[in-house]
Amino acid sequence: MRKCSTANLDALLRTIAENASLYLPVDGTDGRAHFTKWEDGVKMSDALNTVRSAKDFFFPQTENLMDFKVEGKTIEIIDTREECEDFVIFGVRACDVRSFDILDRVFLVDPVDTYYKNRREHGIIVSMACTRPSETCFCRTFGIDAANPGGDIVCYKEEDAWYFDALTEKGQALLSKLESLTEECDTAAVDAQKDLIRERMDKLPLADLTADAFGGDKLNTYFNAPEWKSLSQSCLGCGTCTFVCPTCQCYDIKDFKTNKGVQRFRCWDSCMYSDFTKMAHGNNRTSQLERFRQRFMHKLVYFPANNEGIFGCVGCGRCLSRCPISMNIVKVMKELGGNA
Amino acid sequence: MQKVTREILLAKAAELLAAGTVNRVLGWKAGEFTYDVTPALFTTAAELEKDFVYGPFSGANFSKYLVKETRRDEGKVLVFLKPCDTYSFNQLLTEHRFDRERVYAVGIPCDGMADIQRIKDQAGDGVSGVECDGDNLIVHTLYDGDKTLAMADCLAERCVNCKSKKHVAYDELIGETGDVIDSHRFDEVEKLEKMTEDERFAFWQNELSRCIRCNACRDVCPACTCEKCVFGNPNSGVENKAISDSFEEKMFHVIRAFHVAGRCTDCGECSRVCPQNIPLHLLNRKFIRDIDNFYDEYQAGAEVGQRAPLVNYKQEDLEPSEAVERSGNNA
Amino acid sequence: MQMTEFKPKIVAFCCNWCSYAGADLAGNNRLNYPAEVKIIRVPCSCRVNPMFILRAFQRGADGVILCGCHPGDCHYTSGNYYTRRRMALLFSMLNFLGIEKERTRVEWVSAAEGAKFAATMNDFVAQITALGENKRLEDLRCKK
Repeated sequence: MRKCSTANLDALLRTIAENASLYLPVDGTDGRAHFTKWEDGVKMSDALNTVRSAKDFFFPQTENLMDFKVEGKTIEIIDTREECEDFVIFGVRACDVRSFDILDRVFLVDPVDTYYKNRREHGIIVSMACTRPSETCFCRTFGIDAANPGGDIVCYKEEDAWYFDALTEKGQALLSKLESLTEECDTAAVDAQKDLIRERMDKLPLADLTADAFGGDKLNTYFNAPEWKSLSQSCLGCGTCTFVCPTCQCYDIKDFKTNKGVQRFRCWDSCMYSDFTKMAHGNNRTSQLERFRQRFMHKLVYFPANNEGIFGCVGCGRCLSRCPISMNIVKVMKELGGNA
Repeated sequence: MQKVTREILLAKAAELLAAGTVNRVLGWKAGEFTYDVTPALFTTAAELEKDFVYGPFSGANFSKYLVKETRRDEGKVLVFLKPCDTYSFNQLLTEHRFDRERVYAVGIPCDGMADIQRIKDQAGDGVSGVECDGDNLIVHTLYDGDKTLAMADCLAERCVNCKSKKHVAYDELIGETGDVIDSHRFDEVEKLEKMTEDERFAFWQNELSRCIRCNACRDVCPACTCEKCVFGNPNSGVENKAISDSFEEKMFHVIRAFHVAGRCTDCGECSRVCPQNIPLHLLNRKFIRDIDNFYDEYQAGAEVGQRAPLVNYKQEDLEPSEAVERSGNNA
Repeated sequence: MQMTEFKPKIVAFCCNWCSYAGADLAGNNRLNYPAEVKIIRVPCSCRVNPMFILRAFQRGADGVILCGCHPGDCHYTSGNYYTRRRMALLFSMLNFLGIEKERTRVEWVSAAEGAKFAATMNDFVAQITALGENKRLEDLRCKK
């Protein structure tokens, strides 16, 4: 465990930024935190979480897959992939760190998504423990420990100092570059913080929420549950929940006709949209009830069915605070789970 | 003025259900933390008693839900309408978007709704509950105990700049209706108009670049009731699920606002739902202000059957070039 | 003075009954107007959806001009009155967003006004040339 005095934090960030692009949560002009590239004078946000999740770094909202250049009767295929440069994401919360594991299970299994893999290999995650979890937090439901957020380096912020501990080789390499700004220390302060965090987690309004009623074998239990009707009846069909979600990973691949050729790109898609997975025969989910059900069944049943019981939700609470009609996975779990 | 409470609305809903006037109620359903209220249908008095809430977070405009609800051949639905909602209600009627015969509308007075974000900005994150106490809100926080905030400091932007306390449509009214208010809702638009072109561009570039194209602004808008949106139609050539280039966010928001120009009642739902806090209502208000300035004062939804300004004209209308000159600072 | 190689791309939407015929007359009369102007014929000026204008900019236009019959002379009686309102609001909105107001214009050109058509185009092209490339409503993908 190494310690950096709060006065030295700017110097520490500067040192990190000298070797790699550094991103950290910064309050925007809208008064909310967004991951922003560090430069001199940028102040880290005190907010618990960013509006958009950290998944953007590995799975951006849109990315170019390839270009086609048309000249006369020839079509040239241009590979737009480039080796990504090293980057560091600083201040990632435990929920978002876990979301990377979930995304890995989608993008890093055969066939491996090389676009994603490239970024994943070059990204270093400095996580941060949550001393003030919010009322919307329920990461513990999914076995996440906000006091041990994981990542390549874990950090704990105290009034007078920041504490760092490397968890991986990548993290060790980065931390060793910061040796002059940090000093070796014992774990007393961090242990105290961990106790505080766990105590606070116990008292959260959603502390008792469990996912025990859900899992890969519950398809028949819930698929035709009558509750879906009332749960989905006021859903607007917008994509807010999907787009702020750190684990939603569905995308669409589309062609954009530029003036000289075609750009093939992929972009986030939402199962809440009426044209999601539209095929030649039309849509396979024609009502909002079916679309709504898909999103929650995917996270609570289909995903664990294919991934050793791991749920596709990390309890970050973004959908709880952003949904225009305040419908969310917690309400769904409570409504369905109560009748299981 | 009579204060509307949950009990009053509950009694009214139960009475209308019992009398058979309506067979379902469009209302607000309690959530986990007071502020996360969900629009829901209630069919029995028992359901209402259990989950129905009314309070400073019952802000959702129900008018648009009537489009879907009145298509079901199932008798009348009871809807509670705040003054601003009644404008959307009328506008939808003008456009023949729902069946008036299948709705029983109860107008309720409104002193303004709270914006949880404003509360959190003042009380900090970790709000476990909110209670009303006269003109104050008592906010229960997880770490800093209870905080008392003046309701006036917690009002949603659209309520701070409320344009009318008058109900323009209802079958029955609870309490009294109010008057159209001489609001300051165009102040912010004016401020932008006075900026230079470069400043305006920078302002909107910053705001719109946060857009994630979740389409919540469109989906919640009571004026956006197309069966198939041009931006959701793969054959339109402009459909896009995510922003791939900064052009698209401008295109989307200009067209979204233009499509509702002259029909937008300024209910403010677009800005309320925006997860990225983009002041979308300013685009709509710019159109409203221009329509008032260029043509005649016009309030969408004030009366059923009004001819909207964009499907109307006068021979002496001003030229587009003059409109631009009058539209703001052109430095 | 620096060398300006900039040749703007101009899209001119012309209504079939007046302005397009006006353009034709300009040609018949051997009146010059810049080749940068690309004419798109529309049945009536009110056929032009605001989206057409934005799309023109997206696809690389540096200026967009919309020409129709003089108010009162519309082949469909009132089409251009609607155009006038729509464009007044659209242009005002673009201005509000900080897009240069010079990039858009509406001009009424009758079938008999070949000279006006040529003069308008010359003037508009000069104006856009002076203004430079459209940067504020560009789509970078289309510039690659």
